[in-house]
This record gives sequence, structure tokens and C-alpha cells, in this order.
Amino acid sequence: MAAPLSALFRPGRAVWGLAMAASGLSLLVAILLLRQVLEQGVISYPMGNWPAPWGIEYRVDAANAFMLLIVSMIGTVVIAFARTVVEQRIRLPEHKQPWFYTAYLLCLTGLLGMIVTGDAFNVFVFLEISSLSSYVLISLGRDRRALTAAYQYLIMGTIGATFILIGIGLLYVMTGTLNMMDLAARIPAVSGTRTIRAAFAFLTVGVSLKLALFPLHLWLPNAYAYAPSPVTAFLAATATKVAIYVLLRFFFTIFGAEFSFNVMQLDRILLPLALIGIFSASVVAIFQTNVKRMLAYSSVAQIGYMILGVSLVSVTGLTSTLSHLFNHALMKGTLFMALGCISLRIGAASLERMAGVGRIMPWSMGAFVIGGLSLIGAPLTAGFVSKWYLIVGALERGWWPVAVLILLTSLLAVIYIWRVVEAAYFKPAPEGSTQREAPLALLIPAWTLALANLYFGMETSLNAGVARQAAETLLGVAP
Amino acid sequence: MSAESALLLTLFIPLASTLFIVANDARPDWREGATLLASLLLLGTVLSLLPEVLAGGRPTVDLFEFVPGFTLRLTVEPLGMVFAGVAALLWPLNSLYSIGYMRGNHEQHQTRFYVCFALAIASAIGIAFSGNLLTLFVFYEALTLTTYPLVTHKGTPEAMRAGRLYLGILLGTSMGFLLLAIVWTWQVAGVLDFTPGGILAGHIEGPAVAVLLALFVFGIGKAAVMPFHRWLPAAMVAPTPVSALLHAVAVVKAGVFAVMKVVVYVFGVDFLSATGASQWLMWVAALTVLLASCVALTQDNLKARLAYSTVSQLGYVVLGAALATSLGVIGGSMQIAMHAMGKITLFFCAGAIYTATHKTEISQMDGLGRVMPFTFGAFLIGSLSIIGLPPLGGSWSKWYLLAGTADAGQWAMMAVLLVSSLLNVAYLLPIAARGFFAPSTHGTSETGVREAPLACVVPLCLTALGCVLLFFSADALYTLLAPIATR
Repeated sequence: MAAPLSALFRPGRAVWGLAMAASGLSLLVAILLLRQVLEQGVISYPMGNWPAPWGIEYRVDAANAFMLLIVSMIGTVVIAFARTVVEQRIRLPEHKQPWFYTAYLLCLTGLLGMIVTGDAFNVFVFLEISSLSSYVLISLGRDRRALTAAYQYLIMGTIGATFILIGIGLLYVMTGTLNMMDLAARIPAVSGTRTIRAAFAFLTVGVSLKLALFPLHLWLPNAYAYAPSPVTAFLAATATKVAIYVLLRFFFTIFGAEFSFNVMQLDRILLPLALIGIFSASVVAIFQTNVKRMLAYSSVAQIGYMILGVSLVSVTGLTSTLSHLFNHALMKGTLFMALGCISLRIGAASLERMAGVGRIMPWSMGAFVIGGLSLIGAPLTAGFVSKWYLIVGALERGWWPVAVLILLTSLLAVIYIWRVVEAAYFKPAPEGSTQREAPLALLIPAWTLALANLYFGMETSLNAGVARQAAETLLGVAP
Repeated sequence: MSAESALLLTLFIPLASTLFIVANDARPDWREGATLLASLLLLGTVLSLLPEVLAGGRPTVDLFEFVPGFTLRLTVEPLGMVFAGVAALLWPLNSLYSIGYMRGNHEQHQTRFYVCFALAIASAIGIAFSGNLLTLFVFYEALTLTTYPLVTHKGTPEAMRAGRLYLGILLGTSMGFLLLAIVWTWQVAGVLDFTPGGILAGHIEGPAVAVLLALFVFGIGKAAVMPFHRWLPAAMVAPTPVSALLHAVAVVKAGVFAVMKVVVYVFGVDFLSATGASQWLMWVAALTVLLASCVALTQDNLKARLAYSTVSQLGYVVLGAALATSLGVIGGSMQIAMHAMGKITLFFCAGAIYTATHKTEISQMDGLGRVMPFTFGAFLIGSLSIIGLPPLGGSWSKWYLLAGTADAGQWAMMAVLLVSSLLNVAYLLPIAARGFFAPSTHGTSETGVREAPLACVVPLCLTALGCVLLFFSADALYTLLAPIATR
């Protein structure tokens, strides 16, 4: 039952093959878990056989089974992609390569742990595990600025983690428990107190830092831009997603939608922040010349869409958030991996250097275009599904201007994606370039995700159907 | 072969042909043979659906569930049959013409050209046979994306600018307005299927009807209703077969077809005329008709003049839809077919002139008619059909539209139509007249000019002939279209 974890606590020196096997196994387990949850409902596993309120409990319902699937899927695909890049681009010495995989697996463990755990303090522990290892991963970037970026992330991340810890501490003081279900049961009795409100505020800000909600997103563009491409693909597709999941857990399961949104009126804060975030980040993305950075800003904007879905506080809104978690993981994974293929060959990810790439590397650019279309939300790609739900959700609440803004901002996405496409297909390649297509070991994972974008755009029972079920679970409509 | 499998084949044939085209990248004869064969097969398949539809059948195929609750659905109904028929009929001719044009002008990237062409036709067929709004939207976007490489075919900075405008306006309007309109419709009506008589009646009232109609009409940027018509003249930088495709077969016709379909099957003609929500649209369409005709008068570039003429002629279709009478709807739908045949003739001629002489400006074409009699003869026939003189196809659609205005009691609209016909005369006829009668400005140097390659001249003669034939087959078209108006 808790196999995703036991599979990952393998000895640290695992090399690529082992890492591949471990993440593949966790993907398999995640699929089985999701099936089981959908059939039988919540699964609970007390660690060390201590019953729930005392021991640490692992609890899996539709929402986190869905998340497990996302993270382990991306984890597996990216690790397949990572090997060539680690050898050829990061140029780690032979004996240090295992350390990369160690950090990677630790990060994956932390993320998976945050998802499955049913214990608030345990969330913090796993958060630190994943964060510390991700600092290491980012600092592996070839550019020296990667170190600064990692340092920046370290500072911001630690502040966030501290806030979360303070929040959890305050909750413990007031309720005397750390188990999520227990917390949820006891909080209503003391919800009027200022301490609980403070805890709520600390947790919100702390988690928002980790998920890079505007205006707390400043660490993200640098971290994504300078990290090695597999790391960027992995973090972009999973780390912020897990943070959003944690946010949802706290808002909906622990504090309850009633307290979060009626008493604290969180939606009134989240909505404008999400909208400003989407808008400003999209505009900034248009003016970037480094494509990796551009995609990083676009991530900030996409996070805005997810938070927007949360602030709608309806089943449709949450469905859009959760399905966008899934779809965005697919599209950003595709984009960053395709970009990884390209930068492996041309050595940089700036717009000028990408001139003419479309002719030299048709497959890499093909994957990029598919990912880009999905990001824009063209129909028949995964991105369309979540956008559809988001607009429906906004109209359900009667928020016309919001629906219009969502559509407008997707046009901004058209602009920044199309700048890359034009550069790659219409500008002549520099004279005498001797570049070739990226190796198959990179193309296969990138195309796997690209095709997944198309597949899940047409067969939506997983990303929309399950997301809806998960949303209902979180809102307590169908416990 | 059952009607359902024929319906699937109509999508499958152009898609499959792309594989053959790519596979024969190095063998141009095979590649173009594959295109021609596919286009003829498609024509046969579409025609095989016709008896079923005439008999009142509505073959339907559900492809797959797309977003839970919405299926990608194909349905054949008369209006779609007309559009698909036009597209399928003109694709073989256009392919034949493309071969002459592309080879005659030594264009680059010909394989990409034929692939995108086949994909665009597949999208157009998808639009024609879409069974609900969402399917329409999917294929509509697919059509925009597949025609983009065709517009930017030359790869020059000018072509890229045009491409940006093309993509910007078409994607901008469809995502900004059309998607919103679709979600709104779903919100109030709960269904998106195209249903005879409309799905909105009783669900929405007051000014909201007019607003929703505006979102639809402006959201369908391909219909080129002013002020969202700018992409069309800009897209003229494309090779001429593409312009012919854009202006006669696929893109603009997809636009007005979608407007027609929304009016007939989503709003319902009775509902619109009862609420009067389409009054404003009538005036916008009338303005588009007149203004675009006036702009066309000022253009010296032949293709630009034809482009503005298209904007104006599309206004007729939207006007027919906005009249919200059965005769108006029939006239508008007929205009889709009649204008397609006439305008593709004109574009073929423009391309033939360019291939033979590399001339693009009307003022340089004095006396060319005497050395290129077939081309200019066809041009004359096409012009007369657009103007609407018998015995050419265009006269019938004008006739029904006029009858529609009389039926609705919109005398101002009738005046608009008549004035516009005069404007058509003013901007189209001088071109042929100069070709035949004006003394050649270049003296004897014109003797070197001959007709364009046979592959160019034959299709344009065929389409000119088509204009004549359409005049005599209007009765069949009326029988086909009558059910949508009377239900």
C-alpha cells in the first residue's frame, strides 16, 4: 500500500537504471492506487501500526491518488530524459552522477510523501526533503548564475517553510493534534480564535511562496531558467503542483471550505491575485528573449489559472484547477523537454539562437508546437479541457469579466508561443550550422508527453472525470 | 456503403492523402497524382451522401466523447451538404490548377503546400458536417492553423506580417468571442447540438439575444464582417491557389457557413425574427457590403480588389441570415455556392495572368485579353456571375435575397442590394473591358505573352462553365435547401 515510498527509500547511490526502475514502479503503484481508490474509496495506512490520531497516518483519497499519478508519471518520463542530458550537458564527472539521481529521487520522494501523508507535520518534513534536494538540483545548472538562482530559491523556500511550520505549530497548540482528519474535526470548535486565524494566514502565505503565487513568484523565473533542463521540466511539472495540492488540503480538508471562504473570505484575495498574476506574467513572458525564462513566466501565469479555479469555490472551479494541474504538467513537461532537446544541440535557449531550428530539428520543434498549442488551449489538446471548465466555472458564478479575461490572457499565450514558432520556422538558420536532430533518448520522452497532450485532449475521462471526483471529495460533496 | 461510413470517409480521405503526399516528397508527379486522386475520391464520396440527404436522412456519427457530456459528432444536413459539396467540387479543380501554378512559378516547399492543403480541406469538411457547436469550433480552429503555413508560404517578412494578422484576428476573435458564446449557449440551453428550429428559444430573452448573436457573428472572424475583415486582404500575399482556397472554397465560406448554421440551428429563424435581435446585424452586413465595394473600387492590385469584393459578397450571406426569413436564408445559402464558383474563377484568372506575365496591377493589363482570350473570357463570365446577371449562377442567389428583403419588408436592404450590384459592375467589368478593348500600352512587346500553362487554363474554363451550369441547376439546389427554411 505504501509502496510508492518504500520503493523510493532505496539506497542513495542508485544509478540511472535503478532510478528509472524506482520511478517506474512508483508510477505503476500510483495507477493501481488510483484504481483502488476509485473503486473502494479512501485507503488509510497507519505507519508503524499506530492507530490514526497518534501515529502518522497515510491517507489516500481520489484527490491525492490523482496527484500521485501526475507526479510519478512526470517523474518517470523525465528521468528517462535526464540520462543523456546529465552525461552530455551538465558534464558531471562519472563518479558524481549517482548524486544527481539521488537528489532527484529524494525530491520525488518528498513530493510523493507530501501527497500521501495524512499528517500536517509530516507535510512539512517531506516539504523540506523535496526542497533541499531541489536546491541541489537547480545549482547543477552549467551557468554560474544557477548558484545564485538556487540561493534565491533557498532563501524564499526557507521563509515559506518556516511560515508553514509556524502555522502548523499554532494549530497544534490550539487543537493538540497533527492528524489532518482530527484537525478538521477539532478546528470548528476553536475557529473563532485569533490564533487559528493567524495559523491560517501563516499557512496560506507559506504555501503560496512555495507555489509561486503572484506576487511571491520572484524566485521561480531564475530557478527555472538556470536549472538543467530535466530539472526544470521536473520541477515545473510537479513541485508547484504539489504545493497547490497542499494548499487545497489545508483550505478544504483541514479548515473546511466554510471557514476558508466564508469566514476568512479568501476568495476575495485569491481572485485578484490570480488575475493580476496571469496578466502580468503573460505580458512579461512576451518580452523575454530567453525561451526558458519565457516559459517560466508562463508557468507563473498558469499557476494563476489554477488559483483562479480555487477561488471560484465550486465543483466546476476545482475540477478546472485539478485538471489543469494534470494538463499543465503535461504541457510544460513537453515544452521544457523539447527545449532541452534544442538547447542540447544549439547550446542556448535564446530566441536568436533558435532561428531556423524548425528545419534542422523538426521533431523537437514539433513537440514544442504541440505543447505550445496545448498551452494556448487549442481544442483537441489537453489545455482546452481545463480552460473549458474554468470558463464554465466563471460563468456559473456569473463572473463575466473574469471569463473574458481568461480568454484574453490565452491570446497573450498565443503571442509568446508564436514568437518562438516564427523564429524557429521562418528565420534562416545561421550560415554553416552543422546541427543535427537531438538523440532519440531525448526525443522519445518528449514525444511521449506531447502525444499524451493530444491523447488527454480527446479522451478526458482521466483528467476531467477523475478531477471532478477529486474536486467533489475535497469539497465534501461526495465524501 | 452505408451513409455513416461514407461520412467517415470524407474526413479520412484527405487525411490519408497527406501520408501519400509526404511519402512521395521526392517524386512530384506521384505526389500531385495522390492529391488529384484523393480529391476525386472525396468528390465521389460526398456526392454519394447526396441522395440520402435529399430523401430526408440525417446520417450521424459520434467520433468520441470529448469533454464529458460533449461528443465530437458529425451530421449531414442540407446546409452542410451544400458547403461540403462546394468544397469537394472545387478541390480537384484547385489541385489541377495548383500543379500548373506552382510549377509555372517554381515555388518552394511544394510538399508542405499540398499537405496543408489536404489538411485544410479535411477541416472544411469537418466544419460542414459538424453536428454540434463544439465540433464546429474544433474544426474551425483546425482550419485556421492548417491554413496559416499556406498564407506564410513565401516566408518573406511581408508574408509573415500577413500571417501574424491572419492568426491574430482569426484566433483572437474565435477564442475571445466564439468560445465565450459557445459556453454561454451551453450555460443557458444545456445542449450544443444543431437542432432544426434552434435551441435557444425560451432560454434567453431581451437584449441578451442580440449580445449573444454579436458574440457569435464577430467571433466567427472568418466571415469577415467589418470591422474584422482586415485579415482577408492581408492574406493576399499567399500564392494564388491559396487565395482561391481562402476566398472561394474553405476559409471564408466556412465563416459564413458557420454564421448561417448558428442562425438556423442555434437561434432558429422564427426566434430571431420574433425578437428582432438580428436587426443590428442586418445593418452591419449592409454597411460591410457597401463599404467593401467602395474600397474595392480604389484598389489597383487585382487580388486586393478581388479580396474586398469577397468581403462585400460575404456580407450578402450574413445579410441573408440576418433577414431571418426563409427566403433570405435560402438566398444566403445559395450565395455560398454561387459566389464560390464565381470567385474561384476570378482568382484562377488572376493567377493565370500572373503566371503568364507576372503582372499584378490592373492598370498594367491593358490589351492582355487579346493575347489571353480564354483567361479573360472566363474572367468576364465570373464577373457577370458575381454581379448577378442571368444566365449565370449568381443571379439566383441575388434573386432569392431580393425576394427575402421584400418578404421581410426591408426596403432599405433591397436598395442596398441593388446599389451594391451597380458597384460590382463598376469594379469588375472594367478589368475585362481593359483586357479586351484598351490599346496595349507596351506596343508590340506583348506579342511574347501567351496563355498560361494548360493546367491553369483548363480549370478556370471549367469553373466558368460551372457558373453557367449553376444557373440551370438552381432548382436542384433549392430543393435541397428548402427543408432548412420550412423545417
